[in-house]
Amino acid sequence: MAIKTIGKHCKGCGVCVTFCPKQVLGLDALGKITVLDETKCITCKQCEMRCPDYAIFVEKK
Amino acid sequence: MEKLIEKYYRPRLPHIWCPGCGNGIVTSSIVKAIDKLGLDQDKTVIVSGIGCSSRASGYLDFDTVHSLHGRALPVATGIKLADPELNVIVITGDGDGTAIGGNHFIHTARRNINLTVILFNNNIYGMTGGQFSPLTPTASKATTAPYGTLERAFDIAELAKAAGATYVARGTAFQSKMLVDVIAEGISHDGFSLVEAVTQCPIYFGRQNKKGDASAMLKTQRDNAVTVEAAKKMTPEQLEGKFTIGVLHKSEAPEYTKQYQGVIDRAQKGAK
Amino acid sequence: MGKVLLLQGNQACAEGAIAAGVTFFAGYPITPSTEIAEIMAKRLPEVGGKFIQMEDEIAGIGAIIGASLTGKKVLTATSGPGFSLKQEFIGYATIAEVPIVIANVQRVGPSTGQPTSPAQGDMMQARWGTHGDHPVIALTPASVPECFTLTIKAYELSEKYRMPVLLMLDEIIGHMREKIEVPDYDTIAKPVRKGPRVAPSEFKAYQPDSDGVPPMADFGTGYRYHVTGLVHDETGFPNGSPAATESLIKRLHDKVDRHIDEITMYEEYNLDDAEIAIVTYGGTARSAYAAIDMAREQGIKVGMFRLISVWPFPEKEIAKLAEKVKVIVVPELNYGQMVGEVKKAVEGKVPVKPMSKYDSEPISPKELLEFVKNL
Repeated sequence: MAIKTIGKHCKGCGVCVTFCPKQVLGLDALGKITVLDETKCITCKQCEMRCPDYAIFVEKK
Repeated sequence: MEKLIEKYYRPRLPHIWCPGCGNGIVTSSIVKAIDKLGLDQDKTVIVSGIGCSSRASGYLDFDTVHSLHGRALPVATGIKLADPELNVIVITGDGDGTAIGGNHFIHTARRNINLTVILFNNNIYGMTGGQFSPLTPTASKATTAPYGTLERAFDIAELAKAAGATYVARGTAFQSKMLVDVIAEGISHDGFSLVEAVTQCPIYFGRQNKKGDASAMLKTQRDNAVTVEAAKKMTPEQLEGKFTIGVLHKSEAPEYTKQYQGVIDRAQKGAK
Repeated sequence: MGKVLLLQGNQACAEGAIAAGVTFFAGYPITPSTEIAEIMAKRLPEVGGKFIQMEDEIAGIGAIIGASLTGKKVLTATSGPGFSLKQEFIGYATIAEVPIVIANVQRVGPSTGQPTSPAQGDMMQARWGTHGDHPVIALTPASVPECFTLTIKAYELSEKYRMPVLLMLDEIIGHMREKIEVPDYDTIAKPVRKGPRVAPSEFKAYQPDSDGVPPMADFGTGYRYHVTGLVHDETGFPNGSPAATESLIKRLHDKVDRHIDEITMYEEYNLDDAEIAIVTYGGTARSAYAAIDMAREQGIKVGMFRLISVWPFPEKEIAKLAEKVKVIVVPELNYGQMVGEVKKAVEGKVPVKPMSKYDSEPISPKELLEFVKNL
């Protein structure tokens, strides 16, 4: 699987971080979405579904 | 979702909504419903009023009207009656749709014209910075109610039903899959349909009312929303502070534009 | 084969709309314009059109804006209080460039005023009723036949310049019955809206042609564009920059200013040798014809400049008139509205005398004659 983030869209609300069941995601120093550990991702797509800014997409490889 | 954005969104992102605002989720739920139904993009019109949620029309790649404050429904009615072939979806907010647009709301419901209204309910006027709306819960803080609101809130779903809406549903930004389903069902319904989409405004409602951040407000939606089916099995005590989601009302009544075609047929036969 | 009918001004307005190809009316009942709605309710379905009575005046104009976006020619009709309520959507149709026609059958105001009595008190509201800077086209018929022809003209202008056109009737004209020769509607050229000449992918919804007017696509035809009351650029999307703001406001005015000679309509009656000019419009012009005829019999050299298009105001023509006559009289059924415009155009070259009447009665020919004789 691949996690794609769009920094330009992200406003750093942290919803994706909260609802990720596997702590895959975090916010960087600028408060934007960052992928901490992609290997832990179970492709539940909670982040994609809940992101209000269309800043994160998860694809099954 | 990425493919849907490519297909249905105009290249105007990022949107103007605040960090954590649920409007982006509700907007994507509308897009998913449109895609699920396979509506013809060229034959689908989105009409909005004025306010935060009403900015959604500008991001969506259809024929779109960003009309006047409270006035999306008359414009939508004109479009639908003039060309009933078009699918007409209305995006409005709690202030836009139930305060300044309240009269249009009840009468459009009464007419049972085939429009689908997605009412983004964030309990506040966001665009102007946090004033109370007719859907702000009593005793909430707002910039125009620094001591708490005195007014009782509408139950907009009950109001729509009483006014004659033939499809009424409620969903939340948290339960967004269900929201997609009820929006799709509303669009398919032949008559006036209302979908109240409960969404979070962490900046102008949440902060003043100590509701926490966007994540916390989404969790509140999760914890307080009860499906219609589950609610039937719960006691009034258990339902205290909760709200129901799902299809709240469905009925059959003649649809306005179809009825009007009958008027044309009669007039052209010279009958009255 | 046309036919000769005895019609009321309001009826002629409704029939003119149908002759022009109107297929959509939305409105709200209000005296003294209600007959227009009633006739449209009966007539439109006969020609395959649609009529809808809305919940209020605002919804009436909102619905015709929606219908116009689908390519239909549309009408709403109202009177004073309703005209006040419609102002926000008049501004919307102006900035979003949606062709619509609004008939306002004027009655005494302010507020509920005198619903069944004539006035011409909305002339300045027609010009400045909606907020912000905007051009206006407003026409004032002075007879039943002219209600018919000017309504058709209103659609020519509205469709051509993509803007609201106001038909400023007054209760005298709206409720007056006169003989009218109505041609077969098939023989009347239907005003045409300029559509896009490029494929949807190339289409910029608010990119003007050299005439300042952007081609307009009908909703549902694949052009998928955005309509907003916010300041926007040629793409149609909001653009709040000073440059975009200035350019849009300027272009909206230019559409009218650059075509002013084409839009301006007036009638000159016995002006050739006139020393006194009566400048008036609408129902009051009826009394002026008669007063002038009586005055001429008494050897008084008086004529009339009748405003047909009141907005844009025929400034140039009035300035020229001021060089020909010794005095200008402006009778009107208000406290003095268009007289101010006449004064502006005349620039003090000759005296401009208001003859304002605001007691809910029309100005009679005799009253006007006396006024002229006492100058």
